Amino acid sequence: MILDEQDKQMLAGKFGNAAKKSMEILVALGKIYGAEKLVPVTSVQVAGVSYDNLGDAGLEYLAELAKDGRVKVLTTLNPAGMDLENYKVLGIGEDFAKKQKLVIDAFVKMGIIPSCTCTPYFIGNKPKEGEHIAWSESSAVCYANSVLGARTNREGGPSALAAAICGKTPLYGMHLEKNRQAQVAVKVECALSGTEEFGALGKATGEKIGNKIPLFLGIKSASVEELKSLCASIATYGGTSMFHMQGITPCKTSVPKEEIALSKNGISAALSSMNDDTQPDLVALGCPHLSMQEVEKIAGMLKGKKLKVETWLCISRQVLQEAKKKGLVQVIEQSGAKFAADTCMVVAPIKGRFACVASDSAKSCYYSRAKNKFKTKVGSIEKCINCAISGKWD
Amino acid sequence: METFKGREIFAGKASGELLFSSQPISFYGGVDATNGIVVEKGHPLEGKCISGKVLAFPNGKGSTVGSYVLYRLKKAGKAPAAIVNKEAETIVAVGAIIAEIPMLDKVEFEKLAALDGKSAHVDAAKGELKI
Repeated sequence: MILDEQDKQMLAGKFGNAAKKSMEILVALGKIYGAEKLVPVTSVQVAGVSYDNLGDAGLEYLAELAKDGRVKVLTTLNPAGMDLENYKVLGIGEDFAKKQKLVIDAFVKMGIIPSCTCTPYFIGNKPKEGEHIAWSESSAVCYANSVLGARTNREGGPSALAAAICGKTPLYGMHLEKNRQAQVAVKVECALSGTEEFGALGKATGEKIGNKIPLFLGIKSASVEELKSLCASIATYGGTSMFHMQGITPCKTSVPKEEIALSKNGISAALSSMNDDTQPDLVALGCPHLSMQEVEKIAGMLKGKKLKVETWLCISRQVLQEAKKKGLVQVIEQSGAKFAADTCMVVAPIKGRFACVASDSAKSCYYSRAKNKFKTKVGSIEKCINCAISGKWD
Repeated sequence: METFKGREIFAGKASGELLFSSQPISFYGGVDATNGIVVEKGHPLEGKCISGKVLAFPNGKGSTVGSYVLYRLKKAGKAPAAIVNKEAETIVAVGAIIAEIPMLDKVEFEKLAALDGKSAHVDAAKGELKI
């Protein structure tokens, strides 16, 4: 791999230990995946923030790296294991809180914005088409590649952090045009609407085509929120880091020969596979984190209502603050619903606390089952909120 | 003595008993970070300790947090002496680098199965595994 003078100096330790370690990581990855050189990045999203996932191992490494490591580009953080301010209300213990704060401290010391969201594109980390970036968080990676048209591999936490410290990433995989072409056409034979149906589309497609890049045909329109849900779901169930959607996403692609079709039945089957026969005792929305439009919609539904089921709205602190200015937070909190900022139902340590979680998200359904052993319900935001109000899913 | 040629992922020399796994390893969740014992149910190495071994397995799998587990094993003095992969991927390669564990890949991996338990020496910078 070709390295320039500064790359070589970093590798030799002239910019400190964190830069040396980080450059070693980038060079090794470049070697493994056959990159010809490193390319500058404009933006980084770092995952691996929840202490529940990192443990003391991760915390130790981050603290060590923070001694002399500083990021060179705009770098934001994935959700943490708790709301950094409001954790007590959500039932998080002090021991966990202390460790989680140490993790955040290490990231902040390195110059990273403690945004703690899986939707960096809602809070100002929104790269433009064609930009090389290094993002982790599979849903955000898929959104960046597919919807924004930026270019990123599906990084892990440590490799994204290495890219942030060096300001570069190895040029391979999704950074190269030839690897961004659609591999399977997916003909959608029914109208879709709502985050839950787009999530079901991601599940049905991901389970059929794995990590191949699909080209969706026949979808007339898709909102930002629907695309966000699809990104999260298709990356979770299939592993792809990109899709194309004819007439909607910005990147050019050739039309692949291989074609599959998805009917209304396929979507319904995906939805019903996520619905267990149990009544929810937690309603959790915001996987990925809620947009302002979603907060507005939820506030409209909750105005003047009292909830019978514990309800969490997962959100970035920045969108929460904007919602507060609009008076939406007060309306929502009066109903008894709780905001879980900086975190979500996937990364918070809530195993054992609930029996069945209702959401509009196919991704959260996957992790509720796999990580937390919860039963699940998946339906529209309206259905989830109605369940929270009436106490019944029907 | 048999010599295998491979590709350097992280430089360094180390020796230990060869511990062979035909299956990928998930360090996050699959290995106890405090004692180096493989805990994944049904894994060929379940119950075995990887500490101080020249650990040969095809590749990593699972969460990228696995990289940090290798780092923690090293800090606890429970890391493998060296890692030999069939084909390196991000999780284990990054783990080896941050934990400073000598690592090679692209050796004639299948041949190692018969040499399990033998004394092994890795010189990663030279791309060599001697058994």
